Amino acid sequence: MNLNKIFGLYTVGFIAVTILIGIAEAVFGLSNRVIGWIFMGLSMGIYLLIGIVTRTSDADQYYVAGRGVPAVYNGMATGSDWMSAASFISMAGALSAQGFSGLAYVMGWTGGYLLLAVFLGPYLRQFGKYTIPDFLGERYGGHTPRIIGVVAAILASFTYLIAQVTGVGLIVSRFIGLDFNVGVFVGLIGVLFCSVLGGMRAVTWTQVAQYIILILSYLVPVVVLSFKLFAIPVPELTYGRLLQSNNVKAFQITADPQEKATRAKWAEEAKALGEKMKDPAASEADKDKAKAAKALADKQATAPAVEGAKLEKYLQTPKGVGMWNFLALTFCLMVGTAGLPHILTRYYTTPSVREARTSVGWSLFFIFLLYFTAPAYASFARDAVFTRLVGSKISELPAWVTLWAPAGLFSVVDKLGDGVVQFADFVVRSTDFVVLATPEIAGLPFVITGLVMAGGLAAALSTADGLLLTIANAISHDLYYNVINPKASLIKRLTITKVLLIGTALVSAWVATARLAIIVEMVAWAFSLGAASFFPALVMGIWWKRANYYGAVAGMLVGLGTTLFYMVGSRFFGLSWWGTNTVASGVFGIPLGFLTIWIVSSLTRAPSQEMQDFVVSIRYPKTGGASVAINEGH
Amino acid sequence: MSELTQAQKESYWRYNVKLTTILLVIWFVVTYLFGGLWAEALNEYTFIGFPLGYYMAAQGSLAIFVIEIAVYAKLMNAKDLEYGIREEG
Repeated sequence: MNLNKIFGLYTVGFIAVTILIGIAEAVFGLSNRVIGWIFMGLSMGIYLLIGIVTRTSDADQYYVAGRGVPAVYNGMATGSDWMSAASFISMAGALSAQGFSGLAYVMGWTGGYLLLAVFLGPYLRQFGKYTIPDFLGERYGGHTPRIIGVVAAILASFTYLIAQVTGVGLIVSRFIGLDFNVGVFVGLIGVLFCSVLGGMRAVTWTQVAQYIILILSYLVPVVVLSFKLFAIPVPELTYGRLLQSNNVKAFQITADPQEKATRAKWAEEAKALGEKMKDPAASEADKDKAKAAKALADKQATAPAVEGAKLEKYLQTPKGVGMWNFLALTFCLMVGTAGLPHILTRYYTTPSVREARTSVGWSLFFIFLLYFTAPAYASFARDAVFTRLVGSKISELPAWVTLWAPAGLFSVVDKLGDGVVQFADFVVRSTDFVVLATPEIAGLPFVITGLVMAGGLAAALSTADGLLLTIANAISHDLYYNVINPKASLIKRLTITKVLLIGTALVSAWVATARLAIIVEMVAWAFSLGAASFFPALVMGIWWKRANYYGAVAGMLVGLGTTLFYMVGSRFFGLSWWGTNTVASGVFGIPLGFLTIWIVSSLTRAPSQEMQDFVVSIRYPKTGGASVAINEGH
Repeated sequence: MSELTQAQKESYWRYNVKLTTILLVIWFVVTYLFGGLWAEALNEYTFIGFPLGYYMAAQGSLAIFVIEIAVYAKLMNAKDLEYGIREEG
């Protein structure tokens, strides 16, 4: 069957259905709830269908989609595998709050693909195994590297998975009004159906379908908005003008007397809350509450610019230790991108090394489409706040504000009681409103908001799919089949994988329903963990034939250990090396990992001549994924 | 396919290492200098309405990464053909 035809028809069909729903909304006055249900039902139905059609029990199909995924489609699948609920819903919002500093995420999550392209992708494909711990086990010999790989893969993937599951719950509860916990379990059905029935094969084609929904729904609102404001439907080109007008507005807000009065009120409140925090009679719970309220008041009391400067704070580059953290975070995110197993395994699925090379290019292109647009989103939303909300009457707020205020993402408080909205009156509780409210800011019908919901859901589910499969395969293929019971039949292995998929999904859902606040931070940690444990051992294993078992074991343990030590130390015990932020913990573990592999390998016995010859041989692409059985004795 | 001679292998690999090095140098300059340490100085200039430093971190670097990987794939795949490396996919 012709893939282009199938996915072409699918895309046209999806757009047609969206338009039909839009017409139904205009003619029959379909309610927002109903539209939400239609979009969720429709998209989940598609994913289930793909799961059923592509079901398989062949090992090559189940683990690596038969190594038959063409470069472009593998690129799309990697794109949605990669872009999580956080990329889709939260990144643009985070940029609107953090300004220049937030760009570490934009550069980090794209630039890592270059490392992947030149250091790993094609070589892993030539090596031709099933999982990343597999590579470590085969290359370095012995069980220990493989087992460390399994532990690191689970450590990095599981926290990330919980964040996706939480994302599904949030989206479903926000749009359809289902209870968060019910939403989580509804989402799980969608994920499990695919992965259990068809493994990597089903997940791949579902991810392609999810990518198409995800990217359409991300681009449509902001493209329309750009067209409305500037008559040019390319937001990436037009938002430069908004950066300038927002800059001017930020200085006006800073100097405006009414704004100053509002900020003064917030500052007073912050001071009072500060007193309350010190009050010995207050309970711990009250103190925590006061602390959170004070942080908010402090934020509201801060002006968006410094008088006399040329650029508002949003455009200013971080200074001193801020710049160090910016660069360190960018570095960790980049190396982490090239070290996360659920992405790396995708390059096992292409038919050849050539396709693997091209495929990394397509992956980044498809990811780029979203990341390139995210800063534009942030600027359009800031413009909407600056020009449409600020200065309007409290009694006549813009439509998007009244529509989204009940969701609790933000509120407008008339601090001065003058009946006019000041910038400092706009209290943001979750910057997620930037992506969620843009359709209304652009004056689009609710059907587009429904589309955005389907996109967010696709982003969360597709990433969850990939992560779940990585965890289940690490345990069933690497731990059970390769270490515990190498004689296990294929049926037995696949059955164990399926049980693990369901088990892991249930555990992650259960953890997600606890709604731990630390989850968001843990996602950023996942990058540092993946970066410090996998990247040095993989790169050295491919590029340096002398790297051996002892070096790899020591290097992975040192990388992982240093990173975990700094993470926990800096987050909970006030540890600080050069003021490095906890999210950039990997910046120490990554170089130490490389160094350790080099030193320890040099001091110990070289790998067998066979293995060294083999490492050299993967430099020259030859066959489409022959498996090579070379084992080192220990 | 016919085996490559040792000399061919070496020149193929040298080409790959050279290409990789050049791409990584560009990657480093674009990310850590243009988008990082030099961004403040670049912000003095404006490019299609954007302060240049902000533009490099938010847009320019991303576009350059995409181009770099495309160039890598194109050149290496062409090199394979030149050396008669054909995969039995």
